[in-house]
Amino acid sequence: MSSETQAHFTDFKSDKQPTWCPGCGDFGTMNGMMKALANTGNDPDNTFLVAGIGCSGKIGTYMHSYALHGVHGRALPLGTGVKLANPELEVMVAGGDGDGYSIGAGHFVHAVRRNVDMTYVVMDNRIYGLTKGQASPTSREDFETSTSPEGTKQSPVHPLALAFSAGATFIGQTFSSDALGHAAVIEEAIEHDGFALVNTYSPCVTFNDVDTYDYFRDAIVDLEEEGHDPTDYEAAREKIMDFDTVYTGVLYQDESSVGYEKRLGLSESMADVPEGAPDGADDLVREFY
Amino acid sequence: MPEDLNWAIGGEAGDGIDSTGKIFAQALSRAGRHVFTSKDFASRIRGGYTAYKVRTSVDRVDSVVDRLDVLVALTQRTIDENTEELHDESVIIYDGERSWDAEIPEEVVGLDVPLKSLAEDAGGAIMQNVVALGAACAVADFDIEYLDSSLEKRFGSKGSKLVENNQQAARMGRDYVYENYDHDYPYSLETTDEDYVLLNGDEAIGMGAIAAGCKFYAGYPITPATAVMEYLMGRIDRFGGTVIQAEDELAAINMTLGAARTGARAMTATSGPGIDLMTETFGLVATSETPMVIVDVMRSGPSTGMPTKQEQGDLNMLLYGGHGEIPRFVVAPTTVAECFHKTVEAFNLAEKYQTPVYLVGDLAMAVTEQTFSPEEFDMDAVENDRGKIVPEEEIEEWLDDEGHFRAHANTEDGISPRALPGTANGAHMSTGLEHDELGRRTEDTEVRVEQVDKRNRKVETAREREDWSAREFGNPDSGNLVVSWGSNEGAIREAMAEFDIDARFISVPYIFPRPDLTEAVEAAEETVVIECNATGQFADLIEHDTLTRVKRINKYNGVQFAADELAEEISAVFDGVEPEVTA
Ligand SMILES: Cc1ncc(C[n+]2csc(CCOP(=O)(O)OP(=O)(O)O)c2C)c(N)n1
Ligand code: SF4
Repeated sequence: MSSETQAHFTDFKSDKQPTWCPGCGDFGTMNGMMKALANTGNDPDNTFLVAGIGCSGKIGTYMHSYALHGVHGRALPLGTGVKLANPELEVMVAGGDGDGYSIGAGHFVHAVRRNVDMTYVVMDNRIYGLTKGQASPTSREDFETSTSPEGTKQSPVHPLALAFSAGATFIGQTFSSDALGHAAVIEEAIEHDGFALVNTYSPCVTFNDVDTYDYFRDAIVDLEEEGHDPTDYEAAREKIMDFDTVYTGVLYQDESSVGYEKRLGLSESMADVPEGAPDGADDLVREFY
Repeated sequence: MPEDLNWAIGGEAGDGIDSTGKIFAQALSRAGRHVFTSKDFASRIRGGYTAYKVRTSVDRVDSVVDRLDVLVALTQRTIDENTEELHDESVIIYDGERSWDAEIPEEVVGLDVPLKSLAEDAGGAIMQNVVALGAACAVADFDIEYLDSSLEKRFGSKGSKLVENNQQAARMGRDYVYENYDHDYPYSLETTDEDYVLLNGDEAIGMGAIAAGCKFYAGYPITPATAVMEYLMGRIDRFGGTVIQAEDELAAINMTLGAARTGARAMTATSGPGIDLMTETFGLVATSETPMVIVDVMRSGPSTGMPTKQEQGDLNMLLYGGHGEIPRFVVAPTTVAECFHKTVEAFNLAEKYQTPVYLVGDLAMAVTEQTFSPEEFDMDAVENDRGKIVPEEEIEEWLDDEGHFRAHANTEDGISPRALPGTANGAHMSTGLEHDELGRRTEDTEVRVEQVDKRNRKVETAREREDWSAREFGNPDSGNLVVSWGSNEGAIREAMAEFDIDARFISVPYIFPRPDLTEAVEAAEETVVIECNATGQFADLIEHDTLTRVKRINKYNGVQFAADELAEEISAVFDGVEPEVTA
């Protein structure tokens, strides 16, 4: 792929046929990601996709770019390492709600506050798909599953609020079957300088009969139609803390955000290694006199 | 060996023991004397007792001995902790004006020096340790100007006034001893024109990493590995790199893996508990065939064990840790200087074979400050070999019929091509799932076997191509064979030399792959394997390789071997007496 010619979103498609269940929300989530990458001028050779573990994490196989399929819950630190070591790459991280908000919850908070310039798409189906239908951290309190036969008896994680309280500079939420709206938010996330969370409702048609397409279609309130200003901190806080409404769009953006890698003064790839010790290495020995 | 002097300063944590000891060690090094330091954080008595010990000689010193000649005691506990090491010519410098009633053992010379009030006269009580250093100069007949120079190095950045005050404080300590005591001390520190460098194992690892072109380091603080991170912080950025303090070890190894996949030479360092946490991702590093260096600076385990104590107990974990079967290299430097060289080598092995490398240090080596000729860290001799990175022009050769890059191509030597992100047409995905040549998930039985064999074949290739030799000392024709790994080398060498032990000594810096010792063991009448752990993990490997029973000397009380102690134990083995295991 030469960088002079604009990539088409299909260039980001691999020739592997997804094994997702027919109708799974992840199809739409992935299409939007590919479109957003192409629309923002990226191509597979300068893009690095990090995927988590879960049905959602399989996305790395179905897309085409430089990519790494991590271990469960650790995708964000992987993405952090990629971006810091080569800030010229477009880094996108994708995974499920279990991956990101359960086993990876610690990393999530720190990735948010570290504010490395990358886009994190969480394919939130409010259930564990790949392990066949257990409760996830975003499952409702009364959601009955094999591991929560009488409901979870715990209040769900509110990812947007968690991110906001950790100091997020970009918070978006989308619905995978709203193709245009979803891609548009991811485009903005890509263009944001800093860590951008996009929580994407990506229904599991096999195991979740509560948080269905119909449910989301009815429940969703489109922020653009509401005339919401994401740069208005107070307005954003109000929407983010309103746990009873499912908003889509960009909820919050700090336009003054500067990615961590820039704050560290990193701008070039670290891939060059001299054939011998780097110039000036003798000084390191001299320091010990 | 001409006279060596064993000096120590001890007190409570927070008394500035470490920095004072370091200043003295530095002064000795500037005077062209060799230095070998050790740190003692005692566990016999609860609390903050800490001591910094310096052994110095004009000849090279590679170990500690159980003898103390000059002791600066800031607390009674310092004396109590070291009673056994004192002898009838030992000198204790203490401050009788302090609230404790010093009990000086009878046969020992006690020098009561008003450290605190002299320091106050010189400009501040905080300089009492420096007064003690001056007093020590008088006792050891050591030219105070060398101390001046190391005080300048320590405080120079904080202004000349501070340096002068400290130099003055040192003189007051020295003069007090001259004026108030007329003992004839049996110590005299000869100086030479040599210019030595003084550094510890963690610093040598950090310096080796920079020399090897490492630019990315992510870690989480843990004793005794933190010093690697602290060394790199503020230095690696001069060479275009960065250090990240991650939120935990899981994040640290994953950040390092992310960086390594972009093509950066990347490293993380931790100690046992951190290795435990990293083990899951270690499997991903290996199956995704990502070059990476993971440093384990061992301390006493299991669990949180004894964080400030020496042990070599992680060997089995490094060799076998992780589910499934994982090809890896395990390299274990045997001296502080080797920490530098083996770090450079670790990066080359990692990249040539696209395999993770465990670099194993231990607490004794990590905190030991030792002098070397600067030539031992010859930057001109560093060679960095990046292995099979495919440049843009050659990418075609590695594409399949449909234009996909074969990132895990099944080659004869087991090593696949590597396309760094940004390389046109090299885009591919890697996964911890079993995968085909393209990196795509597979459960095909044949491909599975092919990929497992391919990854393992790299080790065979490396066995053939690399020099996995060991370091040899002593009498090559002796029927007595001593084998060891890690930081015990110095103490064993000295035990053999000083106490005339006739033996062939093989110090092994590679654990996997490792040199074949079958011939050596078969040729020997008696073999003894020396290591700081309870079960003899390395001895087990030797027995496994050579199908011969070996004797063992194990120590696992948290303290490194001392030369004199080892001399007795080794002699006992070769004289047919079973050694007592130190518990
Ligand atoms: C350390 C570890 N623990 C558990 C698993 C098993 N596991 C695989 S996917 C998954 C949960 C996936 O849920 P989610 O992240 O919500 O993704 P989804 O499948 O719903 O897309 C679990 C528990 C694993 N692979 N690794
Ligand atoms: S189980 Fe659910 S999440 Fe997984 S592929 Fe099927 S529909 Fe999608």
